Amino acid sequence: MKGRIMQKYIVKATSFFETPVDVRSRLLILIAAVALVPAFFFPLWNMTLYSNQFPDGLVINIYSHKLEGGKTQNRDDLKEINALNHYIGMRALKEDDFTEFKWIPFVIGGVMLLALRVVVLGKMSKLVDLVVLFTYFGLFSLWSFYHKLYLYGHELDPTAAVKVAPFTPAMFGHKTLANFEVYSYPDVGSYFMAAVPLLLLGAMWVSRKAWNKEHRV
Amino acid sequence: MKHKLSILIALTALAVFVMSCGGEKRGTAGRSDVRSDVQEAAVKTYVAPGDMDEYYIFKSGGHSGQVYVYGAPSMRHIATIPVFTPYPATGYGFDKQSKELLGGFTWGDAHHPSLSETNGDYDGRWLFISDNANNRMARIDMRDFKTKQIFGPIPNVSGNHCSSFSTENTEYILAGSRFSVPLPKGTYEKIEDYATKYKGIVAGISVDPKTGTMSLGWEVLMPPFDYDLGDAGKGPSKDWGFWTCYNSERATGKLEVTSTQKDRDYVAAVNWPAAEKAIKDGKFKMIGGVKVIDPKDVEGVVYLLPAAKSPHGVDVSPDGKYIIASGKLQSITTVFNIEKIQTAIQKKDFTGNEDGIPVLNYDAVKDAEVNVGLGPLHTQFDDKGYAYTSLFVESAIAKWKLGTWEVVDKIPVSYNIGHLCASEGDTKHPTGKYLVALNKLSHGRHLSVGPSQPESSQLIDITGEKMSLLYDAFTEPEPHYAQMIKADKLNPIEVYSKEENKHAKAIWDVKDAKVVRNGKNVEVSMIAVRSSFEPSTIEVNKGDKVTIYMTNIEQTTDELHGLGLSEYNINVVVDPGETKTIEFTADKAGVFPFYCTNFCSALHQEMQGYLLVKGGAPMAAK
Repeated sequence: MKGRIMQKYIVKATSFFETPVDVRSRLLILIAAVALVPAFFFPLWNMTLYSNQFPDGLVINIYSHKLEGGKTQNRDDLKEINALNHYIGMRALKEDDFTEFKWIPFVIGGVMLLALRVVVLGKMSKLVDLVVLFTYFGLFSLWSFYHKLYLYGHELDPTAAVKVAPFTPAMFGHKTLANFEVYSYPDVGSYFMAAVPLLLLGAMWVSRKAWNKEHRV
Repeated sequence: MKHKLSILIALTALAVFVMSCGGEKRGTAGRSDVRSDVQEAAVKTYVAPGDMDEYYIFKSGGHSGQVYVYGAPSMRHIATIPVFTPYPATGYGFDKQSKELLGGFTWGDAHHPSLSETNGDYDGRWLFISDNANNRMARIDMRDFKTKQIFGPIPNVSGNHCSSFSTENTEYILAGSRFSVPLPKGTYEKIEDYATKYKGIVAGISVDPKTGTMSLGWEVLMPPFDYDLGDAGKGPSKDWGFWTCYNSERATGKLEVTSTQKDRDYVAAVNWPAAEKAIKDGKFKMIGGVKVIDPKDVEGVVYLLPAAKSPHGVDVSPDGKYIIASGKLQSITTVFNIEKIQTAIQKKDFTGNEDGIPVLNYDAVKDAEVNVGLGPLHTQFDDKGYAYTSLFVESAIAKWKLGTWEVVDKIPVSYNIGHLCASEGDTKHPTGKYLVALNKLSHGRHLSVGPSQPESSQLIDITGEKMSLLYDAFTEPEPHYAQMIKADKLNPIEVYSKEENKHAKAIWDVKDAKVVRNGKNVEVSMIAVRSSFEPSTIEVNKGDKVTIYMTNIEQTTDELHGLGLSEYNINVVVDPGETKTIEFTADKAGVFPFYCTNFCSALHQEMQGYLLVKGGAPMAAK
């Protein structure tokens, strides 16, 4: 009894993976691929540090491929943040220290290619691969980012002029640090990236009818 | 709105309180006379914390040698721009570059500031200012408020008082001699031969339209009068430069008497395209190494307009039609008409000549004699066709209408006004908002500071029919003239970007900081950054020539670092992104601390180091 149910389930699942992805779904997947493009041009994350001296906030923008401080004629925010952080013994934020800037753009490019592959081949199994891979990539990136922040806040120079307890800078939300109010939130690039899994799940949902039809007994 | 109302109420209450106190305490009629409607004035001049002023005022600092930057309407002193005098506050005159600018002089008499113009309006590029004492001209860049060039001593020019006034497109800045001397400089002639052997000069300093770099344009040899003030024409008079003169008597000795015998002296009018042409055509003499036009040999360059007694200021109206000379020893201001001047020149309507310079027929060229009051000195303009003339003797300003010549209002000022400065009031388009009376005497209208008293500057509202006094401010000696420009016309930088630092020895990484010895020359490439010097120890031998190239690698506003070196008389302040060169000979043995003089950070006190000078016996105690 049990075995039959199991088998039926497996057959059903297998047939799901074999389900063709219809035109509307392919369009959604194409849109998902396009939604990855902004990740190359817009920041993924933004940290803004407000204080009395900087009412307009010191800004750090994290892109998929670079770290960029706010820069005006009269201020270089990244330089300023590093100048201030050195008092508590924090390592200077430097682009070279982030291997992420090398592999993240590469992975995003790969995900785009896989998405296009699904559009062309139109198989649900390929779409499932894509969803799983993208979810893994997203979660790993977030963990990696959090870990970086943890290290910056914990590997403080013991000879620093001002001793502070090790801490993890805010990754999401608001944190008070000495005279600074720090706000850290995802930015435009991430919003687009967040739309990608939704679009992919949407694509699955749209094609479910084809599968249901086939298996209506 | 509610906020504003409460401020208004608070200020009103304060004003009433102050007025009642003031009346009791002081009680002198003269002082209460000059009080304006205090409540209204308070609101008009109140610039709330964090808010900005509407205008910049650049006041000459007179014999302090500097330029003072004020804001209007708050009348707050915001900054001092060092020009002709060392100023340790910004390290001016201590590093190699600013020492070279000063050229060995330790003071100057900063007289008349002049903003550069495009089509007769301020363009916000440069501020020029003359040095009456040492015959120089300085250019301050409005991009960073720094003195960039000091031109001079200008050959042949002696007592550069009738300066600096910009032509319509800053082709030239006017200059000239207040104190005629035998030429070339260095020549001796007996004082008895003053009338014939001493010579005056009026000149045009040429300005490079791209870089602002000044060079000598042309000079005109003049009779030995005392050329006092000037203005460049605009519109129909744009080809002309005007200079007043006193002492057309060519007198010496006690000028107070000897130079005040004639009822009229002159305004000299130079057609500068004609002067340019004369130079181009080779019609000049070489005097003191420069090209000088002698009016005896070249016609059409310069004319004299008779003007009421010992005229001081000469000012051209916004439309360029009227040239207004104020006869300080009579109660009238003479208005000349540029069309009439040109007609008289064409008709050769002359009444004589001075050393070959035609004197124009007074009645043919003047439009009016305006009875403004006692001791008229200078005139400024508004946007409604009114002129404002300062009256030194009367301690007042007269407002009068151009064209009808009718005096419509007068306001007392405290006291003895010299120059006055209206908002963009010497351009083609004055804004007609504010007028500042630059008074010579303050006579204790401030908390007593002993006998050495400041000057007073009073802000006057000129938007209404009647002038109204808004605010008293005080300045160090001594504002001769000022320029008031709309704040939004200037957009100064506050940080030198790394990219624009062209100093050959600039370094940006502490790894590059080093001390290099080459014989007796020690070169130090130093970085200053919160909160340390790198290197912080410099070891040399007595007698070594030490050069420190100090780069402030900060890239944020107001993060200045200073380097004060004890007992070596050195203090240099380096702006964010700037590199300065400090040169000295280590002629005293011992250990000398150096430290950051410009407070920078929580660890500013720790920003210090030592210069160790080996050799020689310990210094004897003095």
